[in-house]
Amino acid sequence: MSDSTPTTAESRKLAQEARDRVRFEEEALELSDQVYRVARRMVGSREEAEDLVQQTYERAFRSWRQFTPGTNLRAWLLRILTNLNIDRGRRVQRTPQTTTLDGELGDYFLYNKLESTAPEQNPDEDRVLERLSQDTIVDALADVPHDFRDVIVLVDIGEFSYADAAQILDIPIGTVMSRLHRGRRILKKNLADKAVAP
Amino acid sequence: MIDDPCDKCEEMMQPYLDGVLSADEVAEAERHLEACSWCAKRYHFEERLRHFVRVAVSEPMPAELKAKLAALRTPLQ
Repeated sequence: MSDSTPTTAESRKLAQEARDRVRFEEEALELSDQVYRVARRMVGSREEAEDLVQQTYERAFRSWRQFTPGTNLRAWLLRILTNLNIDRGRRVQRTPQTTTLDGELGDYFLYNKLESTAPEQNPDEDRVLERLSQDTIVDALADVPHDFRDVIVLVDIGEFSYADAAQILDIPIGTVMSRLHRGRRILKKNLADKAVAP
Repeated sequence: MIDDPCDKCEEMMQPYLDGVLSADEVAEAERHLEACSWCAKRYHFEERLRHFVRVAVSEPMPAELKAKLAALRTPLQ
């Protein structure tokens, strides 16, 4: 046998690696819709989101051996995406931005505000919800400062657990919870400001 | 210390909907919600709002991007 001919054991190993790689790539591609959905709301434009998702998959396919099979692939892909987003300099400011809320608005604030300005007495929840259009919601979310928005996007849109969101963003779980709490209130304040007039 | 049961219920709404309350806290919130239609309405609204937000901001991935990603796959030997 010449030196350049792989041994049977090596061939088997290479064949197994090729199969693992194919499976990894298939599984990652199956998650691409969900990855895009999160990316689209983390960055400002569709073009940026598309670039970011493409770079994420390029990097994921290059470094697929670093993924531990059996762990959360979706969270692993989003971690790459988040790091790329930071690397690309979109995050000039790494400390959480501050935003002013008028006093401490409670969690019932949006409903109370919409109900109090409704033309009818005691409207049902669906009628109140009708005051929020799709565009209103997209704009209201885009106006939430990014540190808070990222957490909302991961937990409320991407349906990640607090623990996964903490891992993806590389922040403590307590920070995820506090940013989520505040972020949802900012979102509701924006929604109340942009709601369709009754 | 929160004395007003509706204020307490308001504080519990987000963790309740996130499913992170203890069994005792869930029971406490649900006891109040059964008796208080004012809070129940607001919980229901919040649940609908979360769903509505998720649907409203979800944009399907462009088909061209999907094709580009598929093209990144390692060619089979």
